[in-house]
Amino acid sequence: MMPNPPIAMLAELTHRCPLACAYCSNPLDLIAAKQELDTETWARVFAEAAALGVLQIHLSGGEPAARRDLERLMAAASGAGLYTNLITSGIGLTRARLEALVDAGMDHIQLSLQGTNAAVADRVGGYKGGFDRKMALAEAIADLGIPLTLNAVMHRQNLDDLPATIEMAVRLGARRIEVACVQFQGWALKNRSALQPTRAQVTCAKEIVADATERLSGVLAVDFVPPDYYADYPKACMGGWGSTGLNVAPDGRVLPCHAAEIIPGLTFPNVRETGLAAIWNDSAAFNAFRGTDWLPDACKSCARVTRDFGGCRCQAMALAGDPFAMDPVCRHSPHRAKVDALLAAEGRNEWEYRMMPARKV
Amino acid sequence: MTAPSDPIFTLPRGVRLKWDAVRACHVLLGPERALMLDDIGHAIMTELDGASRVSDIAARLAARFSAPVDVVQPDVADFLAGLHAKRLLEAR
Repeated sequence: MMPNPPIAMLAELTHRCPLACAYCSNPLDLIAAKQELDTETWARVFAEAAALGVLQIHLSGGEPAARRDLERLMAAASGAGLYTNLITSGIGLTRARLEALVDAGMDHIQLSLQGTNAAVADRVGGYKGGFDRKMALAEAIADLGIPLTLNAVMHRQNLDDLPATIEMAVRLGARRIEVACVQFQGWALKNRSALQPTRAQVTCAKEIVADATERLSGVLAVDFVPPDYYADYPKACMGGWGSTGLNVAPDGRVLPCHAAEIIPGLTFPNVRETGLAAIWNDSAAFNAFRGTDWLPDACKSCARVTRDFGGCRCQAMALAGDPFAMDPVCRHSPHRAKVDALLAAEGRNEWEYRMMPARKV
Repeated sequence: MTAPSDPIFTLPRGVRLKWDAVRACHVLLGPERALMLDDIGHAIMTELDGASRVSDIAARLAARFSAPVDVVQPDVADFLAGLHAKRLLEAR
């Protein structure tokens, strides 16, 4: 049976990034600049994506502004008929580049936020002066009237600033805020114990989000990505494997989710050799966890199976060592005790910055 | 900011309608959202002309589909208010 076509594609244009965020969810091994797809290949992939049924494209990274051809890539994505979203830290962008991106057809910007003041934000991002540059860019975004989502990455060391974070989104004229609690994939897994919020913080955050959602209806849409170790049931990662979205890595490999490399035994096809439609419809990697037939019996007989599809495969791999296992976050998982033990044990405040290979000496 | 009782809803920059040839349906595209519209949703959205109030739109749709306006108007109002709450429409 043919799968439904994907709705969204994440185009990871580069792994290069001026920030060194401790919470980075990109894989431990980054793709080098010389392995990145060139402009023409990306343009072909955008056209293939649109033909396959993709409606929205997220141009991301790394920091997409590190690509000097970002404006041309934007024009190619927009020209293919895709709704274009730029996911950026703002570092490397200027007002002039923003204007060129708008001319190229950019529909929307998602600006990441590491903290509500320079002391916190620059410490989290490991980049001095980053906060001030981001704020200057946010003003230019507002001035140019570009639709803005603030993507506030939250964890133990800034979750207490949630009210100020939401107020900042309103002040910057954002239409939407994602209160995105760190998901422990890739580099972030190394720093989990410094980033995991406390239970009290999570309870408080949920109340603040519920209040803001109601109070700011029609002003600011608030989307909450909860820290799922505290949840009773797992998230439906990617809305179900190979069901709604796909990821293209900087080197052209296509992944069902951006952490999928940690799952052993999967081979990810590359757009340099294979068409996107064939990858989506026919590849072993995309079919590996499609649907629910592969799930453990306890999941298959669960009323929630069509809501969460057994949860996140990468989390099952990371915490239970088995990508076919029930997501260990689930209350019914035989591995749930491991998650609870982690929550009880974690609590240091030092972290390890994500350094680009070139910056290592 | 609660919408006025009989507002004029408009599509803001960054939100647009598109015909999805692959799925053969109309979609509403906005930041991080893609909503598949049924015929009624699409009929309502195409009535947004920047000047019409919800009551004007309901009256036109009631006439077009030969339905009682007091049945049509609450549905139209709910549909558009829901999109406004998601920040996919402006209200004035």
